[in-house]
Amino acid sequence: MAQMTMIQAITNALHTELKNDENVLVFGEDVGQNGGVFRATEGLQEEFGEERVFDTPLAESGIIGLAVGMSTQNLRPVPEIQFFGFVYEAMDAVSGQAARMRYRSGGRWHAPMTIRSPFGGGVHTPELHADSLEGLMAQQPGLKVVIPSNPYDAKGLLIQSIRDNDPVIFLEHMKLYRSFREEVPEEEYSIDLGKANVKREGSDITFVAYGAMVHAALKAADELKEEGIEAEVIDLRTVAPVDIDTIIESVEKTNRAVVIQEAQKQAGIAASIVSEIQERAILHLEAPVLRVAAPDTVYPFSEAEEVWLPNHKDIVEKAKQSINF
Amino acid sequence: MTRVSFKNPLEGIEEKFEMIQILDEDGQIVDEDNVPDLSDDDLVELMRRMVYTRVLDQRSIALNRQGRLGFYAPTAGQEASQLGSHFAMEKEDFLLPAYRDVPQLIFHGLPLYQAFLFSRGHYHGNQMPEDVNAVSPQIIIGAQITQAAGVAYGFKHNGKKNVALTYTGDGGASQGDFYEGVNFAGAYKAPAIFVVQNNQFAISVPVEKQSAAETIAQKAAAAGVPGYLVDGMDVLAVYKVVKEARDRAVNGEGPTLIETMTYRYGPHTMAGDDPTRYRTDDMDDKWEKRDPLVRFRKYLEGKDLWSEEKENEIVETAKEEIKEAIKKADKQDKQKVTDLISIMYDELPQNLEEQMEEYKEKESK
Repeated sequence: MAQMTMIQAITNALHTELKNDENVLVFGEDVGQNGGVFRATEGLQEEFGEERVFDTPLAESGIIGLAVGMSTQNLRPVPEIQFFGFVYEAMDAVSGQAARMRYRSGGRWHAPMTIRSPFGGGVHTPELHADSLEGLMAQQPGLKVVIPSNPYDAKGLLIQSIRDNDPVIFLEHMKLYRSFREEVPEEEYSIDLGKANVKREGSDITFVAYGAMVHAALKAADELKEEGIEAEVIDLRTVAPVDIDTIIESVEKTNRAVVIQEAQKQAGIAASIVSEIQERAILHLEAPVLRVAAPDTVYPFSEAEEVWLPNHKDIVEKAKQSINF
Repeated sequence: MTRVSFKNPLEGIEEKFEMIQILDEDGQIVDEDNVPDLSDDDLVELMRRMVYTRVLDQRSIALNRQGRLGFYAPTAGQEASQLGSHFAMEKEDFLLPAYRDVPQLIFHGLPLYQAFLFSRGHYHGNQMPEDVNAVSPQIIIGAQITQAAGVAYGFKHNGKKNVALTYTGDGGASQGDFYEGVNFAGAYKAPAIFVVQNNQFAISVPVEKQSAAETIAQKAAAAGVPGYLVDGMDVLAVYKVVKEARDRAVNGEGPTLIETMTYRYGPHTMAGDDPTRYRTDDMDDKWEKRDPLVRFRKYLEGKDLWSEEKENEIVETAKEEIKEAIKKADKQDKQKVTDLISIMYDELPQNLEEQMEEYKEKESK
């Protein structure tokens, strides 16, 4: 065991899979000698060589298109998009091509690729670095979308993502990269995709969250406990497909739910979770399922992040609204 | 101090991209030095493929009009460009066709009835047989170009002496993915061949409106790779240039961009395009005089390798095989939603598992 930040856990997972499978290739803008703009790929080129870990020209569509083509040659590409706001450049390659490869070829070809990309607010990045665009990805049949909230999950989920035989979008929240350390086993392990994790048990209300919002939800739960309210906090870990069983089981116990995301209210994935809950558990609900989300504006100019991004106070407020309904 | 010259660097560029031609419109060799090394059997096989494809085009248009085929992009006029380029490939080479490039797929091994199923919109049409190294025709113009760079990277990485061959049209050379794909392949010195079939029109838009560049071949310069302009109605020239590109690619010398100057006699697709709105009869006549079949036929007749009898035999065989293939396509099982669900993922996620049960129930009624 070792104390690792999330970025170290990610590097460790990449190292594990580069070592395990000679078909794994890691590439993107500045991931080679430079070790990545966040040091996620530090030391990997040195150890595995330029054939396995390499820099690309600056063109996102080209990077993902390259990965799609490689997939036909028995390779397992792990491309990086430097910031997920740049995914628009590669939308066809991701959604129009990689996601459809297995289906459009009737199973003859498939795209076992993992696209890694940082996103998320709270660190005053310039324009189009922090936007939460997981909702776009979650709407595309053929993709899986994974968002870890801690170092332990990041390693196990990334290993599993790389081993998955279909395309996975692996989104890494920038604020969580180095915000805390955690015990992470040095040896390999994996965490199933599509499985949520109950981070805290409670009986009065269910919080469904992912990414940085998991920590806001836990903080809100601590505050609510002082008022005698026990919140159950579910970390989705995979936002497409969603582990609906775990959510429903919890809602049937607590009879109340708040779905929490950093994305704008019209974006993200909260709306589909609310729909699933009302389709499957409406008779268990004591109150409408509420959402905590950002305002429906373009992502804020960096000085406005504090007033714009959802936080634990917004969650406490919604929880009380639900309890007092 | 040397002074910077403001001479236009594009001056004289057309000389660098002069059109390569081996066989003229009368079937005469005009460039003896570059005649490709093809056996008599190869020459006859090339002609057979071109005649077969011309018949396939005529029959496909008719079958489409009868409602027995769906999406169809006519190929008549482009036989030299399509089949001459493909003839330079090996079986293990990888093909990434655009939507008009079905003939190359057929000669790479895709059974004809599956090509018809592709046209109709049936997933089995896209299930390439195990020994066919190709993906199904690409509808997103340009996507095949970046993917070809990836396939080529894979060949190089795995130490295989093979190439990725991909096609787009003159309009496609305006896409960002076109530049990115050629540029990536260049940066990695990957064994890829990019063929731009310049048939003068992207639906109704003439090539002059795509770019101020004199040729598409010169766009190769932006990627730092060799570019060639070829008479796309001359099957010997197309074959020769692509074969040279293949040799360079497998020798580790990187990719090549090839522009084939060609023409489609028919509409863009059979989905309501009317070429009389944007083309003149004069233009059609001018290009039909350059017909790839006519000039190659003359050439082969001059060598005593071809006869009317032989050609008729191929026409009849083609018609017969097309009839059989359509019958076989008709017999294909209809697609069910459960089929479509089953080809989405290796392991079905929960939402699809649920929907699979739902549709199994519906389909059992």
